[in-house]
Amino acid sequence: MSHAATHDQHDDHHGAPKGFFQRWCMSTNHKDIGTLYLIFALTMFFIGGSFAMVIRAELFKPGLQLVQPYFFNEMTTLHALVMIFGAIMPAFVGLGNWMIPLMIGAPDMALPRMNNLSFWILPFAFVLLLSTLFLPGGGPAGGWTMYPPLALQSGSLAYVVFAIHLMGISSIMGAINIIATILNMRAPGMDLLKMPVFVWSWLITAFLLIAVMPVLAGAVTMLLTDKYFGTNFFNPGGGGDPVLYQHIFWFFGHPEVYIMILPAFGIISEVIPTFARKPIFGYKAMVFAIASIAFLSFIVWAHHMFAVGLPLGADIFFMYATMLIAVPTGVKVFNWVSTMWGGSMTFETPMLFAIAFVILFTIGGFSGLMLALVPADFQYQDSYFVVAHFHYVLVTGALFAIISATYYWLPKWTGQMYSEFWGKVHFWNSVVWVNVLFFPMHFLGLAGMPRRIPDYNVAFANFNMISSIGGFLFGASQLIFLGVLIHCVFFSKKKAAERAWEGAKGLEWTVPSPAPHHTFDVPPIIHDEELAHGNVNA
Amino acid sequence: MAWATLALASFGSAAQAAPGPWQLNMQRGASTWSPVPYHLNNISLGVCVVIGVLVFGAMFIAMFRFRKSRGAVAEKWSHNTTLEIVWTTIPVIILIVLAYLATGGLTSWADTTGSQMTVKVTGYQWKWRYDYISYLGKPVDKVGFMSKLDSLSDQTRQLGSGMDPYAVKVGAENTYLLNVDKPLVVPVDTKIRFLITGGDVIHSWWVPALGWKLDAIPGIVNVAWTNITTPGTYRGQCAELCGQDHGFMPIVVVAKSKADFAKWLAGQEAKSAAPAAAPAAASTAAAPQTAQIAVAPATGKQG
Repeated sequence: MSHAATHDQHDDHHGAPKGFFQRWCMSTNHKDIGTLYLIFALTMFFIGGSFAMVIRAELFKPGLQLVQPYFFNEMTTLHALVMIFGAIMPAFVGLGNWMIPLMIGAPDMALPRMNNLSFWILPFAFVLLLSTLFLPGGGPAGGWTMYPPLALQSGSLAYVVFAIHLMGISSIMGAINIIATILNMRAPGMDLLKMPVFVWSWLITAFLLIAVMPVLAGAVTMLLTDKYFGTNFFNPGGGGDPVLYQHIFWFFGHPEVYIMILPAFGIISEVIPTFARKPIFGYKAMVFAIASIAFLSFIVWAHHMFAVGLPLGADIFFMYATMLIAVPTGVKVFNWVSTMWGGSMTFETPMLFAIAFVILFTIGGFSGLMLALVPADFQYQDSYFVVAHFHYVLVTGALFAIISATYYWLPKWTGQMYSEFWGKVHFWNSVVWVNVLFFPMHFLGLAGMPRRIPDYNVAFANFNMISSIGGFLFGASQLIFLGVLIHCVFFSKKKAAERAWEGAKGLEWTVPSPAPHHTFDVPPIIHDEELAHGNVNA
Repeated sequence: MAWATLALASFGSAAQAAPGPWQLNMQRGASTWSPVPYHLNNISLGVCVVIGVLVFGAMFIAMFRFRKSRGAVAEKWSHNTTLEIVWTTIPVIILIVLAYLATGGLTSWADTTGSQMTVKVTGYQWKWRYDYISYLGKPVDKVGFMSKLDSLSDQTRQLGSGMDPYAVKVGAENTYLLNVDKPLVVPVDTKIRFLITGGDVIHSWWVPALGWKLDAIPGIVNVAWTNITTPGTYRGQCAELCGQDHGFMPIVVVAKSKADFAKWLAGQEAKSAAPAAAPAAASTAAAPQTAQIAVAPATGKQG
């Protein structure tokens, strides 16, 4: 029975490699590589966060007090590039690396050496990107979206393009690895429709990555050749069109934002059932909703371009398609609430962040629905209303899900319980200050404040000051998170059980805490009732 | 009285020359079309608030009723087909209603026919240029000018200037970063067609009181229209990142009565036809071609 299968895991023949370089630079272990991604993502989060602190400090009062406008633009550009490509995406990859093999009963990822390469590309890519700040011409300052002709005025374009190529290669290889692992290495009995929702969310996200990262590579390469090799893709003087770039970029860009949220959906679908002690409501609907959102994400890109002067028919098509996404997303929200309803809930830190996700991501979804209405978007586009929207879905959405997942699986990774008291302090500070930071931005946008400006009319002063205060305190609160992590890893005395949470189901909770370096060298015997979704039709 | 004004300004019902402090909502605007985004905004916001109250209300009830510490025992069900059909169908119906309203608003915006006046707007790093093309069927003769940030704002915004943004005013109205040296002057009650393009990088022409913005793209001539109902001064800003002074190239539209506008226009035409022909010719000769090469580094200097 299951004990026979797991017995071998206590008897860890190989264990982790002994040398530091061998273990951490030459790793082929999904757990260690997952840890590397997560530490990298946390570091980049604080770097991107410090750029945001510069932004909010300058915007604290009207008038320019701290930085020149060009440097301010470098900060907004790099804040986004670092957060998107350095924090959020690698964090999800780290969580996927750690948990997918454990959740499907596989010994490791399908391509362990490629997995290591996928990670190690990233520190090099970001050193390259961040080094542009120290170049004579400064770093990129045309926005993370890099629209030409403006982006072509940047002296650091080649560095940025090269860094983006590296990050893209890392993501594509990672996505290939995830698909190969999930499709080929599930333990016998782990049918696709019995897999955890988190695994489904990553399977689908991986297809999105493979589809669109090459498109981004194409777009930025065309920028490069326009600047240095005499092409005119985006130069009207040579027969090209600046809007072409926007189409190509957003064909990548829209699926990209779903890449950044689908794994979050998967995480919430793991956490809420555990702490409600009740199966996820509508498992199949949840899976199909993720798939429909992923499909729809390919046909809505021009909603980022409603002010560009698209033909009427295009505006109408993209408006309708964008509004449609509200349907499967709404289904997911209703299903999470229905999982809570009738449960037996406790409110440990992972659950607190998951509940905050459902509420605050939904608020972000509301502003998204408003943005979809083209005539209204004529007023919202490129204003702080958009900034509010995407920060709600990315910070209180993706980031909160990542934090929830970290608290949730930390006992499995480390074998120790984190401090529940300080976790809750982190939570309450985060949830209060993040709203102080981002909610006033809705008002600023509605009142007419454009985005990407370092200074503003005094009418916008009050909400900007409030937002900046929220920003400083939200940033400081993340240091509590750092403290909780360090304490848990190095100082906590509370041992974690195999099944660290009472209501937790799934294969990852059948291995010891901390999970041994090698797990499931022998495929586990699957008992449907031990899975979260073993009885899909029940 | 002050509170009433504050409340009114906060909820943005009237047309506003410029944003107000503590403003919570979009303004209704001063044109025949600007109520469209205003109403869509309010209606969709209302829909979202209702849905939010229902969903978040259910969550808070659940968090109170179904806590383990209160002795709740978890149910085992994970389906309810009727409920699932209902909460899929109702959102679709809501979306269809919103889509219907939005489509009507969009098609009315897209119809630029029947214009009585045409103005060309060109975005530069970092100022705008306005050229009057035609008025009431007759071409306008050589009336065009650059419009840039007013000099008091420009001095005040310099890093470390020590000057106070609150002191930049026109009358009682603070106009810091929202004023220009030469505004665009237009008549009310006239359908005005705007031809919008860019001279170097992409900019975007946005006056919230008109209800829309439209990108100013090199190589493309975009078209929009407005019909301003109330005389006044309406302020806006560039709305597409265009380089270091993106935040410092505002827009001012002064809407005059038709009679006042006709007088103003006649005066402008007379000035440009006057014997000082060399500077006038030079300024119109400098009117840029829209197919400007865009790869060159920034040509504009600040101010």
